[in-house]
Amino acid sequence: MAILEVSGVNKSFGGLKALTDVNLSIEQSSVHAIIGPNGAGKSTLLNCLIGKLEPDSGVVNFDGTSLLGGITPYNINQLGVCRVFQTPEVFGDMTLLENVMIPSFAKRDGNFRFNGWGAVAKRGEVNDEALAMLEEVGLVEQRNVITNALSRGDKRRLELAMCLIQHPKLLLLDEPTAGMSRADTNNTIELLKKIGERGITKIIIEHDMHVVFSLADRISVLAQGTVIVEGEPESIKGDPRVIEAYLGGELG
Amino acid sequence: MDAILLQILNGLDKGAAYALIALGLTLIFGTLGVVNFAHGALFMLGAFCAVTVGKLVNYQVVTLDPTRTTPWGTPVEIRTPIVQEWFGDFGAFMVEYSVPLSILFAIPIMLLIGVIMERGLIQFFYKRPHADQILVTFGLAIVIQEIIKAQFGANPIPQAAPDLVAGSADIGVLLGFDPGTVVYPYWRIIYLLFSALLIGCVFAFLQFTTYGMVVRAGMADRETVGLLGINIQQRFTVVFGLAAVVAGLAGVMYTPILPPDYHMGMDFLVLSFVVVVVGGMGSLPGAVAAGLLLGVLQSFASMNEVKNILPGIDQIIIYLVAVVILLVRPRGLMGRKGVMES
Amino acid sequence: MSQNLGKIRSPLDMEPLAIEVHDVESASRSRSARNDLILICVFSAVVLASPWLLAPFGAAYPDLLQRFCIFGIFAIGFNIMFGLTGYLSFGHAAFLGIGSYAAVWSFKLLTMNVIPAVMFGVLCAGLFSALIGYVCLRRAGIYFSILTLAFAQMSYNLAYSVLTPITNGETGLQLTLNDSRVLDAASGIDPTSSLPVTNLFGMKMSGYPGFYLCAIVLIISFYISIRIFRSPFGMMLRGIKTNQNRMSYTGINTRPYLLAAFVVSGMYAGLAGSLMAVTDPLAGAERMQWTASGEVVLMTILGGAGTLLGPVLGAGVIKYFENIFSSFNAQTLHSAFSFLPDGLAEFMVTITHPFVGEGWHLTLGVLFMLIVIFLPGGLMEGAQRIGNMFSGSGGKSEAESPAEQTKPAE
Repeated sequence: MAILEVSGVNKSFGGLKALTDVNLSIEQSSVHAIIGPNGAGKSTLLNCLIGKLEPDSGVVNFDGTSLLGGITPYNINQLGVCRVFQTPEVFGDMTLLENVMIPSFAKRDGNFRFNGWGAVAKRGEVNDEALAMLEEVGLVEQRNVITNALSRGDKRRLELAMCLIQHPKLLLLDEPTAGMSRADTNNTIELLKKIGERGITKIIIEHDMHVVFSLADRISVLAQGTVIVEGEPESIKGDPRVIEAYLGGELG
Repeated sequence: MDAILLQILNGLDKGAAYALIALGLTLIFGTLGVVNFAHGALFMLGAFCAVTVGKLVNYQVVTLDPTRTTPWGTPVEIRTPIVQEWFGDFGAFMVEYSVPLSILFAIPIMLLIGVIMERGLIQFFYKRPHADQILVTFGLAIVIQEIIKAQFGANPIPQAAPDLVAGSADIGVLLGFDPGTVVYPYWRIIYLLFSALLIGCVFAFLQFTTYGMVVRAGMADRETVGLLGINIQQRFTVVFGLAAVVAGLAGVMYTPILPPDYHMGMDFLVLSFVVVVVGGMGSLPGAVAAGLLLGVLQSFASMNEVKNILPGIDQIIIYLVAVVILLVRPRGLMGRKGVMES
Repeated sequence: MSQNLGKIRSPLDMEPLAIEVHDVESASRSRSARNDLILICVFSAVVLASPWLLAPFGAAYPDLLQRFCIFGIFAIGFNIMFGLTGYLSFGHAAFLGIGSYAAVWSFKLLTMNVIPAVMFGVLCAGLFSALIGYVCLRRAGIYFSILTLAFAQMSYNLAYSVLTPITNGETGLQLTLNDSRVLDAASGIDPTSSLPVTNLFGMKMSGYPGFYLCAIVLIISFYISIRIFRSPFGMMLRGIKTNQNRMSYTGINTRPYLLAAFVVSGMYAGLAGSLMAVTDPLAGAERMQWTASGEVVLMTILGGAGTLLGPVLGAGVIKYFENIFSSFNAQTLHSAFSFLPDGLAEFMVTITHPFVGEGWHLTLGVLFMLIVIFLPGGLMEGAQRIGNMFSGSGGKSEAESPAEQTKPAE
């Protein structure tokens, strides 16, 4: 069953066509990688999925609900879509623990429960869950450090924890390993494999083919705003169109 | 019809002052990315340049004329402005035309003040949050205002327009209305023409000089200009100085219309900010158009016919317009989409 | 609380560490709860003992102490908006003014008892802040500042002009002998020949009783602000300040949170305004002017925006120095510098004279700039820096206890 259905999506900025008739169908619990040369429209596509951008035309359906037509980013998140950004979007002036607790409260308390009286510290179950989450991504030792002091790779792992604590149905990962060392990259791959066992559907944008081929169930190749090939990793590997897209992209 | 024309004319001169201050504000915000709450104080400093010149040229020497006596039997005191003593007829001319002459005095002074402000304070705030910029320039505005208050006192100091243009023009007659219906002081006409000239100069400067090119590029995309190899700092300083001069000259010429006092800057600042917002943050033509428009609107709102229907509307019309604009069209009348919307 | 999500079990085999971390955490949590208790106790003690503590500084008279408390409340409330969410409002004085007017009307129409007056003042300020906040919070950043400024100026202008029947224009709203005071009349309090005094169930609110009322309200206000700071709501507000985008991608509609914070801080301002009316039953439009809004901004940043104690400290410092500085004149300066050699004394007097008396606002402006330029974190940050300097091996102790280092100043 497809959890996310993208069909006929177009998006242009002024005269520049960023996305042309993009179609995607993401299966429940699968890991779908989107690859392609720089400027192919990968991030634009993700932005259209989380309500940051509104496509000019097309259909985006998530779990039976349309993600278009004035639906706000927070509505989309509440439906169960969470994103890890290419430049980590974290709460830089707060501690790691607080960073993970905010999404947890958002999930538990919802939008209109202004709990201005009860102490955060007394919400034991939220604290425990946040600690367990930090431990899972390997940041529990730094739980009381202000997030701005972290490296970019650590911030991205923190952001992953912030998403995971919300138990999303669909996780969007925009270059989750960019800027990480080889060891960190491998850790992240292990982590992502592990959470894959929980059945969270994932869309991954990635340049690192090692990551892509160790995780993805299916791969879509995006070039110049349109999906040129889609298929199993094995079939993508040897596809001449993919090689051409990359080389052409690099030459141009 | 004649009443409407009169209200438009009455609103234009105030609107021109708003426009000139707003022009500088948006220039500074667009190029330097700084929210300058001290800009009203620059307007006020300009006005006090005129006051200073007025005081200087009116500094009088007292001589006694023994040949004539007063009814009390003492010699008649003759007070002669010292410049008249020194320069004769030219001195008398200086006394008479002290306000227009103040322009020559105000340009270097305001330029200097602007450069000192930018080099001494503002440049350290380019990278700080807007809230910090607002706060520090707010503090600076208080300081300037209090210094002026300490020097010149708290009361308004009227400045006279030259006698030659002290009267009013019966514009209505020219347009075929009854005599005496549309009467407009000459000085206000001069103020409007002067403002138009000043605005023209600013736009010409931006259009035809390399400085202007940097400014326009900066307003389109500030980050990129920061990456260019050109000496951006020096150009920023010049832009700030220019904005200070424009505000100052607006203040100089406004003195015969409104006797300056130390808090006129704050009064005009709040309204000029509203003008910038209505016109569109970062849009120079927007600032000018919104300034004139709001001036005229304010003038209409203060007509008795309007006030009878909506009491108090003259007090709040400008703010009301700003609120509506910000809610309905956040980028302002002429702001480009996506620029400085947050 | 919803337990249905259940606890995530870490698939990694690291249970021992988890338990250890959990213990450390709950210990540090109970420690911070104890710290808060100590904080509120010490705060209450200092406030209640201030007539004795401040006596050596010449500040121990009820009128000034009341002002400390009232502006402390105002600044605490402002800090809930500015300190937590980072939204800089330039219109909070409007709510102060509304609170004052509402309280005076309660004195005029209902009773001289302060309880209804304060409640009415807070309620009115809350309603107005909900209305104004709803509009202003549609924009952020400098646009929000300018919108709040526009609303404050509108209220100020209206209070001076058309609303004269309600505000009594330039004269200000005052008590008169022929006010109705329905409740007082009904409960058989005779209209006297002189103007009545505000009271709390018969206890007159002038002098020290007035101060103690303000002091207790200040302590309650401070306690509420601690609760808000420590609550999930407060954490959300700080999240908004740090990264509003992430908040919306986390499923939070930030606007209701901001509006709630704005209304709470507006009600604080209304509370301060109605207490002003309690200590002196007179309300004027000048309380709503935007320079008054600027003053509370200054108090908050002087003490340290976003800290618990900072705003109260800032309010106290500014009101204290306002009191001292504006009472100085050339003569007091001469006597102050009389210990110096003549020439030097003369010089010092000349230098300091523009800053005192009438020139107090100049001092305020200079202070404002110095704080923003050199100490954006305010006095609390300054104290922390000095503390770190004196603890010598500051860097080492920070490394040892990251928990202490990362807690914001309080």
